[in-house]
Amino acid sequence: MARAVTTQRKVIATAAAWTIGIAIFFPILWTVLTSFKTEAQAIADPPVWFGFDWTLENYEVVQERSNYFRFLMNSVIIAVGSTVLGLLIAIPSAWSMAFVPGKRTKDVLMWMLSTKMLPAVGVLFPIVLIARFLDLYDTHILLIVVLMLMNLPIIIWMLYTYFKEIPVDILEAARMDGASLRSEIIYVLTPMALPGIASTMLLNIILAWNEAFWTLNLTTTKAAPLTAFIASYSSPEGLFYAKLSAASTMAIAPILIMGWFSQKQLVRGLTFGAVK
Amino acid sequence: MATQHSRAAARLMNAPAVFVLLVWMLIPLCMTIYFSFMDYRPLRGVADCCVGFQNYERFITSSSFLSSVATTLIMVGGILAITVIGGVLLALLLDQPIWGQGIVRILVIAPFFVMPTVSALVWKNMFMNPVNGLFAYLWKFFGATPIDWLSELPLFSIIWIVSWQWLPFATLILLTAVQSLSSEQLEASEMDGAGALSRFTYIILPHLGRAITVVILIQTIFLLSIFAEIFVTTNGAFGTRTLTYLVYQRVLESQNIGLGSAGGILAVILANIVAIFLMRIVGKNLDN
Amino acid sequence: MTSTLRALLGATALSAIGGIAAAETLTIATVNNGDMIRMQGLTDDFTEKTGHEVEWVTLEENVLRQRVTTDISTNGGQFDIMTIGMYETPIWGKQEWLVPLDDLSEDYDVDDLLPAMAGGLSVDGTLYAAPFYGESSMVMYRTDLMEAAGMEMPDAPTWDDIKAAAEAMTDKDNEIYGICLRGKAGWGENMAFLTAMSNSFGARWFDEDWNPQFDSPEWKATIDFYLDLMNNYGPPGAANNGFNENLALFQQGKCGMWIDATVAASFVTNPDDSTVADSVGFALAPDNGLGKRGNWLWAWALAIPAGSQKVDAAKQFIEWATSKEYIELVAENEGWANVPPGARTSLYENPEYQKVPFAKMTLDSINSADPTNPTVEPVPYIGVQFAAIPEFAGFATQTGQEFSAALAGQQSAEEALAKAQDIVNEEMEAAGYK
Repeated sequence: MARAVTTQRKVIATAAAWTIGIAIFFPILWTVLTSFKTEAQAIADPPVWFGFDWTLENYEVVQERSNYFRFLMNSVIIAVGSTVLGLLIAIPSAWSMAFVPGKRTKDVLMWMLSTKMLPAVGVLFPIVLIARFLDLYDTHILLIVVLMLMNLPIIIWMLYTYFKEIPVDILEAARMDGASLRSEIIYVLTPMALPGIASTMLLNIILAWNEAFWTLNLTTTKAAPLTAFIASYSSPEGLFYAKLSAASTMAIAPILIMGWFSQKQLVRGLTFGAVK
Repeated sequence: MATQHSRAAARLMNAPAVFVLLVWMLIPLCMTIYFSFMDYRPLRGVADCCVGFQNYERFITSSSFLSSVATTLIMVGGILAITVIGGVLLALLLDQPIWGQGIVRILVIAPFFVMPTVSALVWKNMFMNPVNGLFAYLWKFFGATPIDWLSELPLFSIIWIVSWQWLPFATLILLTAVQSLSSEQLEASEMDGAGALSRFTYIILPHLGRAITVVILIQTIFLLSIFAEIFVTTNGAFGTRTLTYLVYQRVLESQNIGLGSAGGILAVILANIVAIFLMRIVGKNLDN
Repeated sequence: MTSTLRALLGATALSAIGGIAAAETLTIATVNNGDMIRMQGLTDDFTEKTGHEVEWVTLEENVLRQRVTTDISTNGGQFDIMTIGMYETPIWGKQEWLVPLDDLSEDYDVDDLLPAMAGGLSVDGTLYAAPFYGESSMVMYRTDLMEAAGMEMPDAPTWDDIKAAAEAMTDKDNEIYGICLRGKAGWGENMAFLTAMSNSFGARWFDEDWNPQFDSPEWKATIDFYLDLMNNYGPPGAANNGFNENLALFQQGKCGMWIDATVAASFVTNPDDSTVADSVGFALAPDNGLGKRGNWLWAWALAIPAGSQKVDAAKQFIEWATSKEYIELVAENEGWANVPPGARTSLYENPEYQKVPFAKMTLDSINSADPTNPTVEPVPYIGVQFAAIPEFAGFATQTGQEFSAALAGQQSAEEALAKAQDIVNEEMEAAGYK
């Protein structure tokens, strides 16, 4: 009896969850499908679902026009670079605030978050002038530093809340056992902190990958990432749905795939100290 | 544990982060403040210091200022409402035992990986276009006149697009919080004969309080600076001009750096007022 | 063995080119429209001839403007060549931010450039940007629909003719809309069309003392007529339609008429993209009998920012891209209908090109636009569909948003005009004109 109720409930929940899941995913699915159609099929009335002649033509056209792999490499370099640099600075900082909290710790954290409040466009001219002064325009290093600074407050905050979950008692127990500071960090703390660091890293890569204001305004060719790639397809002439879809698919596919493979790690750390 | 020694070490460990953020904040901020007191219009070759508060006065008294503040608040509020309410419901649903949970979760979080520019382009052209968009087909299929989303319901359309991007984020955080709720507690209340609604109101919602504040705080920070979605869809027309977008128009479209910088500084002040308000709540929640 | 040989040969070939001139890599910012993308595809021809490599930064129009304007006003030096328009050239040229193009080679034949284009891209007689293609605007209409309605489009229609034709062709049940016009907000979008249209209604942006004129009855008449046309015979969602959106609609056969850039003619008559390629007719932009037609004048042109380190190579590129030979190269590869139009007199004298159905109407439209004397009543500015002052782009986009909102039915024409008047007044005061 009780079992029947559970199964029935499970069926309903499954149906509801799948319906909503597919609805949320649908725009991406539709974009990917459209990217394999011809321009005429892309706007056909009524819409064609799967029964069309699959073609790679749009991808060829897009690749011919712009060197996708260069944009892709730049995206990877910038996203990974800014994340690594950000973690190097953020881990010690979050660590110290989590384990040696002072009277001002909370204020410092809040101040850090508030640096994200400056609207990017408001400081565009200062940043452009500084970049030109340092002769760093259109370089990876400039983008890495700027995006690192954009996301640093979020990284520190995430890590802080995560580190705070690590029980201090364990440290003291280890110390009682005569563990040195080094072995304490390597054998006790690092394993506990790793999931949090991993998910912070993933979130930061996503944020850096998708950042579209600085990456567009501080690059021309050498360091231009996928956000610049997509800017040349945003409103071309004539029928363009299929080509736009192909370019969009190319721009989001790498990060989407990475995200899917690592979603467990991402979820594990995305708690922001929300779990009690 | 916090000895004199470890305090010094902690300060040293925190120093790089504080230093770079201080530099990042102060240099552009000071330059922007300086520009905001200048008559700086590079296209005219004008760069005169100083004109006092003239830029501020002009920015605030311009006909678009108040409406842009209102638009910003409506937009951020609307997105927060949709993502938080939707996120709670979705988290509760995904917490149920279902077949294929992993795949559903992947489907739900996918929009978070899509670049804002791409998602705005896709929604604008392939869904909301009143002639060729998928919504138009759907409406025609049911015999209704297609809605021209971006000019008839422009603010709602942008809220919709951005909510789609941020719903996964809210759902994920709320889901972790829901999962941490002990099932014993729930079962006990079920035994006591509490209905689903009262269980939700008295047990689940209070438990989620802290996660919800975190979602609101993080999202607000990002949402206050929404730009690409507006730029791609309406270009700020039809009452979708937020404060950020107004600053963009002053700086880049009119190339009036002085006026735009004044607007940027005002935006920082207003954002910080919102932030202090929010952080009070969050801060309280974090202490508990 | 062979590979060594090949490497040797390669090295000699390289040094041979190096002997002519040091090979440079040029960075060129350009807009993502059809003619420019075609040019990108043909870049190899330039590299072969000169040894210089080219890096393209292709951006959507709004992003391009934002990028190049920031670059030039901060002296960023990111681009060796920028694609700019007839609006920017005189302003930037006057500031001496562009390299004057007064020493182009004999072969280039500067005098062959259409006088209207050369004039609009010069400051005090010095050319600052070379026209890649030029355009005016004209009426494109569906001959089959006109025939079915038993009507005929005059070569030089009046606005009343346009309205009558739009009414006759509209068939909303079959998704055919009598007229498609720009409604998307932007100084280069709806305001380009509306400003050109207002000229034919006798309106103007400013009087001779720089007082904005949106409170004039002429502007009221323009906006009323425009809204009436679009609300009754226009497509849904017109307030978001710019050039590209309307082009897509027309190619799908959903527009009876379209008044827009003359360059669109080659896209709507191209059977690869257009479902109505065989049945498109052309006419001059309409007038109201006041002596001015509602057509504009525009050129996408290549210019060298004053900070560039590679001026010589950049000039070589400009000479290549805007030369007669380039036109022939495109004609060879893509056919005469697809060459960049509106830049050179010789193109219109070419018997091959005269066979192209829209050639004559394009030239007539270009020749009938006069940037120095655009309106019925005198004005203090230059430019047909714009006023060549630095503030224009900013406030015209904002006024464009008001008219776009009026088209979307969010406010009345009166409200939009009153707001436009306030916006321009505010900006002109801030800019020190009063």
